Amino acid sequence: MKTKEEILKSFPKNPDYIIEILHALQDNNPYNYLTPEDIKLCAEYLDLPVSYVEGVASFYSMFSLKPRGRYVIRLCDSPPCHLVGSESLLEYLEKKLKIKVGETTPDRLFTLELTSCLGVCAVAPAMMINDEVYGNLTFEKIDKILEEKRGNL
Amino acid sequence: MSIVRSHVLISIDANTLLAGAKAVEEALINELRRRGIDKEVGVIETGPLGIIGKGVVMVVYPEGVYYGNVKPEDIPELVEEHFIKGRPLKRLMIENIITPSVVVKEEVGLTKRQVRIVLKNSGVINPESIEEYIASDGFDGLTKAIFEMKPEDVIKVVKDSGLRGRGGAGFPTGLKWEFTYKIPSDEKYVICNADEGEPGTFKDRLILEGDPYRIVEAMTIAGYAVGAKKGYIYIRGEYKLSIDRMQKAIQTAKEYGLLGDNILGSNFSFDIEVRKGAGAYICGEETALIESLEGKRGVPRIKPPYPVSQGLRNKPTVVNNVETLANIPDIVRNGAEWFRQFGTEKCPGTKVYTILGDVINAGLIEVEMGTPLREIIFQYGGGIKDGKKFKCALVGGAAGAFLGEEMLDVKMDFENLKEYKAVLGSGAILVMNESACIVDMLKSILRFFEHESCGRCTPCRVGTKRLVEIINRFANLEGSEEDIDEMVNISLVMKDTSFCPLGQSVHLPVVSAIRYFKDEFINHFKEKYCVANRCGRKVEVLS
Ligand SMILES: Cc1cc2nc3c(=O)[nH]c(=O)nc-3n(C[C@H](O)[C@H](O)[C@H](O)COP(=O)(O)O)c2cc1C
Ligand code: SF4
Ligand code: FES
Ligand code: FES
Repeated sequence: MKTKEEILKSFPKNPDYIIEILHALQDNNPYNYLTPEDIKLCAEYLDLPVSYVEGVASFYSMFSLKPRGRYVIRLCDSPPCHLVGSESLLEYLEKKLKIKVGETTPDRLFTLELTSCLGVCAVAPAMMINDEVYGNLTFEKIDKILEEKRGNL
Repeated sequence: MSIVRSHVLISIDANTLLAGAKAVEEALINELRRRGIDKEVGVIETGPLGIIGKGVVMVVYPEGVYYGNVKPEDIPELVEEHFIKGRPLKRLMIENIITPSVVVKEEVGLTKRQVRIVLKNSGVINPESIEEYIASDGFDGLTKAIFEMKPEDVIKVVKDSGLRGRGGAGFPTGLKWEFTYKIPSDEKYVICNADEGEPGTFKDRLILEGDPYRIVEAMTIAGYAVGAKKGYIYIRGEYKLSIDRMQKAIQTAKEYGLLGDNILGSNFSFDIEVRKGAGAYICGEETALIESLEGKRGVPRIKPPYPVSQGLRNKPTVVNNVETLANIPDIVRNGAEWFRQFGTEKCPGTKVYTILGDVINAGLIEVEMGTPLREIIFQYGGGIKDGKKFKCALVGGAAGAFLGEEMLDVKMDFENLKEYKAVLGSGAILVMNESACIVDMLKSILRFFEHESCGRCTPCRVGTKRLVEIINRFANLEGSEEDIDEMVNISLVMKDTSFCPLGQSVHLPVVSAIRYFKDEFINHFKEKYCVANRCGRKVEVLS
């Protein structure tokens, strides 16, 4: 893992790069979020007020300012996925994980989120877990995926 | 200009240099010139071809013939046989080698049911190989532009081609370029909009994944035309592979002298940078995208001024969609007339559609503008799955309209759809069969808008919330006649008073759904009936 200083230094000291920097900092965090320290370091590096950086980070749905699980599940519920039953998948995930949308499991393994179309509708219904796309989802498939993720640790 | 007919890619790496690759290259260039075919046969230096122990190696495209152990004294015979007589020189051929992928050149013509301009190379060439892109006429458009055309000429051919923006609004591309070209400024920019977020759309992703060099070439041509030295491609953050491919393509193009300083030895320099989005549909709107590129919250700007005059860092900026740009190299190479043979008078060319939902063949197609919706759904899409009946199609994404049975014969282009109070939008076509519930679909659409409203203006922020509240009532088998009217009213007020096109387009799905399927809304509260049997189910309480 890179140090935060190394991450910052790999970008020009230019406020244009704030989103790129936030991506890099968040990707570096095992709990997939931006810590108050990340925000502060980014603000100092770019010579911007902390509140400004926070304002930018909070605008974009890929960033989180509070800790999430190791695996962030983003289930798509846009019309093409909705048509083929994403809503029942959501219920299923909520039941399996015993959490609601926006929450994280107590073991800090999974966070459940809804997202707009991920651009993989050819394999609807679809979701992403961190950087990976999973399509043609069924209850069985979800069981397998969750098991596999649990087994990874 | 005589368009380059063949390309010889000569491998220049540590091994071949030792074997005398430079001398062979020189001999080849001289011989081609002597025989007067140096304009037809391009010689390109490339990296390792993956063949070791065969001295100087080269490959001739489009045939994909490999030669090895080539010496300068072989060159006259090779040129005579291969390029004049048109038969490979067996003596030097390397056979039975595994090439990265077979290059198949597809003729663009009406004999094919699909006309491929934008997707010509997708799935045909190896997208990570600049050689294969070059071998399928890649960078010919750029070469022609830089060496044979003035910027005004490039703008003229794009204008004459009648190309209109494929990002949704259908604005004439040549006109946009001309605006920016005419404004004197020390800095100008070209932005490729790859934020693709319209539900049901993934055409731009497939173009970027399948043919990234096409976008590099197109953006560079745009830069040459308008006088920009810098381009940005803003790709949505989830598209990891697109980001990766594009970054590699930019890097490789620079190594080949096709991007960066003094492109192909000319005075023209242009650079491209990839930027990532971070999950905000509104950032696909061009001014919000520019704000985001500047490191701000992606909130739309007031228009005018338009980006063409005051865009990125308040400098003149051209913003074009991926698919729009993907047309540019072939337009420049083949001319406006060539492009105009496809499509309709007012909307020439092709359109890429994503067909989804209850059709047999879901997927991506490129067909001529003006192709009837019926043909798209029933021929290309193969008709409705499971022997069911067609109910309607949501055309243009969430910011699109429902089109029912009686509108299947509409010719799909910007102009015709307008007459039906519909839009082409991103080209997403979501097909629903008789057992889909309109209330349920509209619920998904309205939730999308509620989630993606940037919150800048009240009509949209509050309007989308109210609409979700109302649709939820129908989805619970409640609601009333007044609720139906209220939905129409809210969306029409949003149309007139919202700050940006997001809020202004919510009426499209709302009004069209109610116009064609009002009975179904009424059934939900009167008969407690939903065809899909989805509505009215109480979500189970967690144990
Ligand atoms: C809410 C909203 C989202 C948009 N999303 C996209 C998008 O994802 N991709 C795109 O190219 N254009 C999108 N547009 C249209 C752009 O504002 C702009 O018109 C387009 O990029 C211009 O390129 P073109 O002329 O090549 O179509 C969006 C517009 C709005 C209002
Ligand atoms: S219409 Fe909606 S998306 Fe557009 S500026 Fe207003 S709140 Fe933002
Ligand atoms: S609608 Fe779910 S991925 Fe596109
Ligand atoms: S009202 Fe929801 S599926 Fe019908």
